[in-house]
Amino acid sequence: MTSSSSVGSNFTSQSLSDVVVEAIDVPSAWREFWESLRANRGALLGLAVVLAFVVIALLAPWLAPYDPSQVHEGAFKLPPVWQDGGQWAYVLGTDDVGRDLLSRLIHGARISMGVGFMVVIFSMSIGVAIGLLAGYAGGWVDALIMRLTDVMLSLPSILLAIVVVTVLGQSLANAIVAVGVLVVPNFIRLVRASVLAERNKQYVIASRSLGSSHWRQAVVNILPNCMAPVIVQATLGFSDGILNVAALGFLGLGAKPPTAEWGTMLSDGRAYIESASWLVTLPGLCILIVVLGFNLLGDGLRDALDPRLKR
Amino acid sequence: MLAFLFKRIFVVVPTLVGVSLVAFALIRLIPGDPVLLLIGERGASPEVYQEMKAAYGLDQPLPVQYGRFMLGAATGDLGKSIHSGRGVMEEFQDRFPATLELGLVALMFAILFGLPMGIIAAVKRNSIFDYSFMSVSLIGYSMPIFWWGLILILFFSVQLGWTPVSGRIDIAYDIPTWSGFLLVDVWRAGEGWPAFVSAFQHLILPAIALGTIPLAAIARMTRSSMLEVLGEDYMRTARAKGVSRLGVIVVHGLRNALVPVITVIGLLAGQIVTGAVLTETIFSWPGIGRWLVASVTARDYPVVQGGILLIASSVILINVGVDLAYAWANPKMRMQ
Amino acid sequence: MISKIGFAAASSVAWLNARLNSRLTARKTVLVVACGAALVGTAQSTLAAGKTFVYCSEGSPSTFNPQMGTDGPTFNASSRTIYNRLVDFEKGGTRILPSLAESWSVSKDGKQYTFKLRKDVDFQTTDAFKPNRKFNADDVVFTFQRMLKKDHPFHKINGGVYEYFTSMGMDELIEDVKKVDPYTVQFVLRRSETPFLANMAMDFASILSAEYGTVLTKNNTPERIDTEPVGTGPFVFRKYDKDNQIRFHAHPTYFGGKQAIDNLVFSITPDPNVRYQKLKRGECHLIAEPPLTDLQAMRADGALQVLEQGGLNVGYLAMNVQKAPFNNVKVRKAINYALNRKSYLDAIYQGHASLAKNPIPPTMWSYNKSTSDYEYNPEKAKQLLKEAGVATGFSTKLWAMPVSRPYNPNGKKMAEMMQADLKKVGVQVEIVTYDWPTYLDKARKGEHEMLLMGWTGDNGDPDNFMNVLLGCNAVEGGSNYSRWCQKSYDSLISAARTTVDVKKRTEFYTKAQTIFKDEAPWVTLAHAKVFRAMRKEVTGYKMSPFGTDSFVGVDLKK
Repeated sequence: MTSSSSVGSNFTSQSLSDVVVEAIDVPSAWREFWESLRANRGALLGLAVVLAFVVIALLAPWLAPYDPSQVHEGAFKLPPVWQDGGQWAYVLGTDDVGRDLLSRLIHGARISMGVGFMVVIFSMSIGVAIGLLAGYAGGWVDALIMRLTDVMLSLPSILLAIVVVTVLGQSLANAIVAVGVLVVPNFIRLVRASVLAERNKQYVIASRSLGSSHWRQAVVNILPNCMAPVIVQATLGFSDGILNVAALGFLGLGAKPPTAEWGTMLSDGRAYIESASWLVTLPGLCILIVVLGFNLLGDGLRDALDPRLKR
Repeated sequence: MLAFLFKRIFVVVPTLVGVSLVAFALIRLIPGDPVLLLIGERGASPEVYQEMKAAYGLDQPLPVQYGRFMLGAATGDLGKSIHSGRGVMEEFQDRFPATLELGLVALMFAILFGLPMGIIAAVKRNSIFDYSFMSVSLIGYSMPIFWWGLILILFFSVQLGWTPVSGRIDIAYDIPTWSGFLLVDVWRAGEGWPAFVSAFQHLILPAIALGTIPLAAIARMTRSSMLEVLGEDYMRTARAKGVSRLGVIVVHGLRNALVPVITVIGLLAGQIVTGAVLTETIFSWPGIGRWLVASVTARDYPVVQGGILLIASSVILINVGVDLAYAWANPKMRMQ
Repeated sequence: MISKIGFAAASSVAWLNARLNSRLTARKTVLVVACGAALVGTAQSTLAAGKTFVYCSEGSPSTFNPQMGTDGPTFNASSRTIYNRLVDFEKGGTRILPSLAESWSVSKDGKQYTFKLRKDVDFQTTDAFKPNRKFNADDVVFTFQRMLKKDHPFHKINGGVYEYFTSMGMDELIEDVKKVDPYTVQFVLRRSETPFLANMAMDFASILSAEYGTVLTKNNTPERIDTEPVGTGPFVFRKYDKDNQIRFHAHPTYFGGKQAIDNLVFSITPDPNVRYQKLKRGECHLIAEPPLTDLQAMRADGALQVLEQGGLNVGYLAMNVQKAPFNNVKVRKAINYALNRKSYLDAIYQGHASLAKNPIPPTMWSYNKSTSDYEYNPEKAKQLLKEAGVATGFSTKLWAMPVSRPYNPNGKKMAEMMQADLKKVGVQVEIVTYDWPTYLDKARKGEHEMLLMGWTGDNGDPDNFMNVLLGCNAVEGGSNYSRWCQKSYDSLISAARTTVDVKKRTEFYTKAQTIFKDEAPWVTLAHAKVFRAMRKEVTGYKMSPFGTDSFVGVDLKK
């Protein structure tokens, strides 16, 4: 799975690295972008899914019928309502220690959305800064940074995450760091490629001749014009982040057990795959839907922001 | 072309050195050393502890240990596993075929289904085929494969009983190892179809799990690449010249559309080898992924650093190969 | 060659018969015939009786030389199948029986053990090795010198670390191993130590072939001695597919008689749920460590049977007596009274354990039934704390083990329950944990206050618990986690260690347990049960208290 998601990311960086986002008049660009996104039904669906989960995550304590770690005595492994023996009191059933599955899934949304957000913020802030430095400074700085990203990208990703979590100690925060580290090289390459393309544009040269500082050049002039691919990558990074942290949870290296994290729930439910299969199917389904939402949205954003793919 | 080749290889060496340094350092950053784990609850006096560390060469200063690792690696010797006492290279070779066989079958599965799906979707753009194939590939692309693997087991093994639960072949067959690929070795052992079928039954679920995301990636790439080609002038010209629709698609369209697809397949091949960790864990598949994870837990330093180096080298090698193929097909690349 | 063909043709299990018959084509028969008329009889008769037994094990062996291993999977795949020892534990018990040694005698001062060896014992014939002589004293000397003597040609082969041998103190204890005549060996010890005989039944004392060593040296492949093993045991190693399966076949001239099962396969299946699924589907006959959550379902399944046994283990809470306030015996007793240990049995062990009151499990000889246990009594705990001058309670740290062990499946959860119990008597507890190797290291150095720990026995001798875990010399060695060194206790177990008479030893250990209970360096928690699940048709299997699996005498009934 990690292979896949890094494959996915490789892709994005590959196809986007040579993308040239023209510096254009902002309001009309925004309108054009929105029109293009609106015409894409998949992207709208993705946006809806993402927004729905954002709402669920924000309102989790009010939406969930019970506290996610509350143990209901005598209600062990109750099936969902549509199966024999299900009760309306526990719509999606209960787990092996008698906790309401629906409540846990709702709170799990909160954790997964938070995880995705943290991974993206972590990897994007580091990746953009380093990528900008590499692209703008050039020379040996660039060469060094590029070799480092080569190293990172050729390391087996999930194994790297496993080792990083073991080094830092098992916790959700460390899982986020471990997964975030994996995504950093993608941002670096993306930003660097865009910066290289922007650096010799007329407006940059003009600004340089007017004597603007390096800082101003890099951050104020160039960076905003490189953000389009970064935004796309960030959206896709959300799904990567959620998937990879869930994978670590599944391997027993993510959130600690009482936490209602989907990957960890899946891993716990694995023991009951025969007797209580909903403990396996439902958390996985949640992961799939959220990731699907972000991927749909990401695809839509890419189409809208990438002039080359416009027809 | 040759210059390009040299340039690529020149870059590979520092990358590999970097990989070795990262692998070496990371595993040693994990608290606790392998000797402590061996001693366990029993404890050991400080002298015995030091003696055991010395036996594994872990008493040496870190630069010396790294130097030994690199000197060995340069001559193809990655040291000995602390856990088994056997050479890391040997242990790797024993397990690599299982991973490779799984990876190749997964890739074949992905190509076999992904390519036609992409082509049909492109040719019948906006048809029901296009929508359904693209939806399927998008779902596949978003699939948490640790879950997907469990669902496959739940459905095909537990409920339908069609496939075995784990292992590589029915216990009744005792196949001598030759290539390490059971699908091949069964023929050499003279066991014929029943054994082949048994090996295939054991392989199919993990291969589907591992191949699902590559399938989605290939289908999507094929479609977009095909669409691009179909819009080209020479396609229209060929059609005008009276070549049949199918002929145009197969002869002119496919050939040109495949270039980017092959690149993608190359990239996937590199990643599949590393990505087998989860699949192997779920299906108890005896490959390198499971082995390396177990070695991290056991703090088997030589295995972890050597294994990571070997995997990284193979990924880099495949990538260089892909680059070369691409450069060969597309002269513009060589100028970079 | 015989074995090979016999094996390939005879790979049949009751449940596989139907499939197999269709597979054994004429071509194969031709092959068998082509190999010579003499062999046909053998091959066909094996085919008729051919039985394959599949054991789903929980992990891969690290080596096939039990001298170098420390874990169950290694011992199951080597010492319990391929090898024998001079003496062996009785099947399913801890009593010591003759094996490769027919008899033995101990000198008066307890420093010389003389073993009379069994004659007419065959080593196994494998693809790599065909023995030219029977087992004799040279093999015993070779085996032990390899571990003992740093300049032995095989000492450094494959690592040179004999962890079990060293950590049992055997390298210091044994001065020399001598061949007296071809069928007599003598061990000279540096001091008198009665558990020595039990140690000779342990896995690391398995006997290797000296002749095989010579052949390998000649071929310049000495490292194969540990990967292509040759022993005297009931099963012959055939091959190992890494992390996948290990195949053995019955040793045709095993001195204990050829086994009823012809082929033995270990199918390595680390996931307990997968093991259970495989058992249900008949892909294995016996599984190690079945998932505890499914025991009920397994018992209800007519095709399966579940075995259980009190394990040779103990889980405990060690209080570091070198640190205040645990240097005060009243505080230690108060902690004993304050903890509701019975509630842990259900929550942590899911009922699969019995309450412990002594450091040794009840199945072990010299277990003292009459020691009085501390009942759950928070009032008494408060009273004792008052007497100890800490009436207002105190704050301390409780170390929770990060790994799951049979003797304590969930250290963190148990620590949380203890924290709640102790709060009721005014003791504020902070739970601390580290990753396992660090935890062990820091605990070994005595950095802890209260510590969750446990032990699984090696040889069934009380010394292996009472001395290893509570003796004064174990404080420095690190396995005495209470760091408790009490003179009268220590002199009792030291006396028991050098006494040969079992009755006297029992007396010493019984007394020592009373002192232990009174001094309360631990809170004894639980003796966990060990489980195996197998198919109904399996007969003759017996669980070992050591947690290893042996397939001697195992059969499949129709």
